[in-house]
Amino acid sequence: MSVANADTLQRSRRLSIDWVNAAFRIGLLLLSLLFAFMIGAVVLLLLGANPIIAYSTMFTGVFGSVYGITQSIVKATPLLLVGLGICIAFRASVINIGAEGQLILGALMATWFSLQFRTWPGWLLIPATIIMGFLAGAAWGFIPGILKARLEVNEILTTVMMNAIALQLMNLLLRGPLIDPAGITAGTYLAQSERLPEAVWLPRLVPQTLLHSGAIIAVLLAIAVYIFLWRTTIGYRIRAVGLNPDASRYAGIKVPFYQALSLTLAGGFAGLAGVVEVIGVQHRLLEGITSGYGFSGIVAALFGGLHPLGLIPASWLFGSLLVGADKMQRAVQVPSALVDMLSGLIVLFVIGSQWISTRWARRRMAAAAGAKR
Amino acid sequence: MSEIFSVTVLVGILASAIRLATPYLYAAIGESFAQTSGVVNLGVEGIMLVGAFAGFYVAQLTGNLWLGLLGAVIAGILMGLLMSFISVTLRAEQGISGIGLYMFGLGLSSLLFKTTIGTVKTIVGFPPVKIPVLGDIPILGEALFNQSVLVYGAFLLVPLAWWLLDKTTLGLKTKAVGQNPAAADSLGVSVLRNRYFNVCLGAALAGVAGASLSLSLVNLFQENLTAGQGFIAVALVYFGGWRPLGILAGALLFSTVNAIQLWVQVLGIGIPADIAVMLPYLLTIAALAVTANRARQPAALNKPFERGEN
Repeated sequence: MSVANADTLQRSRRLSIDWVNAAFRIGLLLLSLLFAFMIGAVVLLLLGANPIIAYSTMFTGVFGSVYGITQSIVKATPLLLVGLGICIAFRASVINIGAEGQLILGALMATWFSLQFRTWPGWLLIPATIIMGFLAGAAWGFIPGILKARLEVNEILTTVMMNAIALQLMNLLLRGPLIDPAGITAGTYLAQSERLPEAVWLPRLVPQTLLHSGAIIAVLLAIAVYIFLWRTTIGYRIRAVGLNPDASRYAGIKVPFYQALSLTLAGGFAGLAGVVEVIGVQHRLLEGITSGYGFSGIVAALFGGLHPLGLIPASWLFGSLLVGADKMQRAVQVPSALVDMLSGLIVLFVIGSQWISTRWARRRMAAAAGAKR
Repeated sequence: MSEIFSVTVLVGILASAIRLATPYLYAAIGESFAQTSGVVNLGVEGIMLVGAFAGFYVAQLTGNLWLGLLGAVIAGILMGLLMSFISVTLRAEQGISGIGLYMFGLGLSSLLFKTTIGTVKTIVGFPPVKIPVLGDIPILGEALFNQSVLVYGAFLLVPLAWWLLDKTTLGLKTKAVGQNPAAADSLGVSVLRNRYFNVCLGAALAGVAGASLSLSLVNLFQENLTAGQGFIAVALVYFGGWRPLGILAGALLFSTVNAIQLWVQVLGIGIPADIAVMLPYLLTIAALAVTANRARQPAALNKPFERGEN
């Protein structure tokens, strides 16, 4: 057999192994999803609710109308953006739980900035607002990032605390400097900002729905993050740091720097999620702007295999779940908290099944090596 | 401004600080057991929520606070078993499985609350018990020795935990499993069983921490009742250097800041409530940064054990 032939053979074998492996992993993911829903069904039965009705209401709530489908994409957009940040951080073995807070900072900045420069034309105001929101979220991610890099402070705990601080900061500003003047004159004092100038509104894609062009931006960014992580030196180093920090250190990679960088970037992407919620959906800042996207984004990222492209279908799935849960709560009075519970279970099962798949892959490799001998 | 320094207010702050330290103590001491055996359980917050709900629900159903407490313990242990299965048996990345457990607990407690109780109701919680003689000390007696049994229990837990970890075989085994699981394993200590035990013990205490809120401190249940206290409790374990006394110091520091924050709001001193509420969280970050010393950390913390690999 010629060398070239052997090479092709080996390559094709490697490819085929990858496919089997991928299929196995996807199978495990779907199994995790199924398990979570089954446990959810048992809980619903115990509570005296009909799980079939609850789940089918969720399904028709999303796919029964154009509005439902567009709405699932509207909700998938911030999940995708948050998830991209989570991908970058988790790939560097940095666990960012702070997306909620980073999202708030992005939303706050987008609100303040677009109101401050309301006279600017849209072609200038929209990109400037997006960049500023990214920077605000990044700054919020930088703080725990630098604390981890310099002092080895546990980033999980600091990012959780930063969430609480961001929430209070938003409450403070929404009742103070950012409060809607109309609310004061009307005497309602609603904790929400003034309506943003129309110039900053993201164009709507489907009339009569909330679907906005932020969805396209998010998908393009997913491709960009994929290229960044797999086709650039910085991305390669981020992944190397996550895979093996000790080996990376020996190879001369500044591990703390890349950890801080990944957390800062993660903050920036979560900040973008806040921006699109404000300028794409709500057109103002209001309480509850995060809708828990900071946590759901983590679930989506894990479900997407921490891969930017896998994240696109994963975030759409979880966006659909959120829309379905709203519908279920209104139509059959099953609280949407069910979906929070399911998300937690999905995280547990997905992360729990990883060991099964690595052990399985190891066994297969050992078997292949044995067969060769 | 001067009124904050009056004796009544200072005693009030002290009494509140003692009370508010209770959930931190149960949860953080419990977490220190899990971490000493090498498992970071970040799901404490979720366990507390489920415990708080279970305690409240059982207590108002049976009219018996002790049964409620038992319910919280059982709920905590069940959550601990789930965490152990994922993190110890399936060797999952502990940071992420903890967040999964938190989300599960938050969702489950909200779901159960909305479908069974529905609206926020109060309950008559554990009454204050005055300790004879000590409770009669002027001023201080009222603050320190006229609290509910759950508050006393939390403070008694500190020497108990010290004794358990430092003076018993179980404690030594736990430390060995957390420092060098392979060596412990070779000496016939079951790493798996030890970690299961410690995670479940910690989870049971987290359940009690939740019940101390719903049955003694605020006497009600609502969605997200714990509001981040479970995460602060995990931070306290780092802050306290994995020692019960260090955790006690940290818990008191936090509860004092919290008490001052509450009194500042009550007295209406010109600080916006939102800033006052921020304080404990800012303090947590500062405390973590200042005490970021890993010397005392169990060597195998956050590392799943697999025979023949470590």
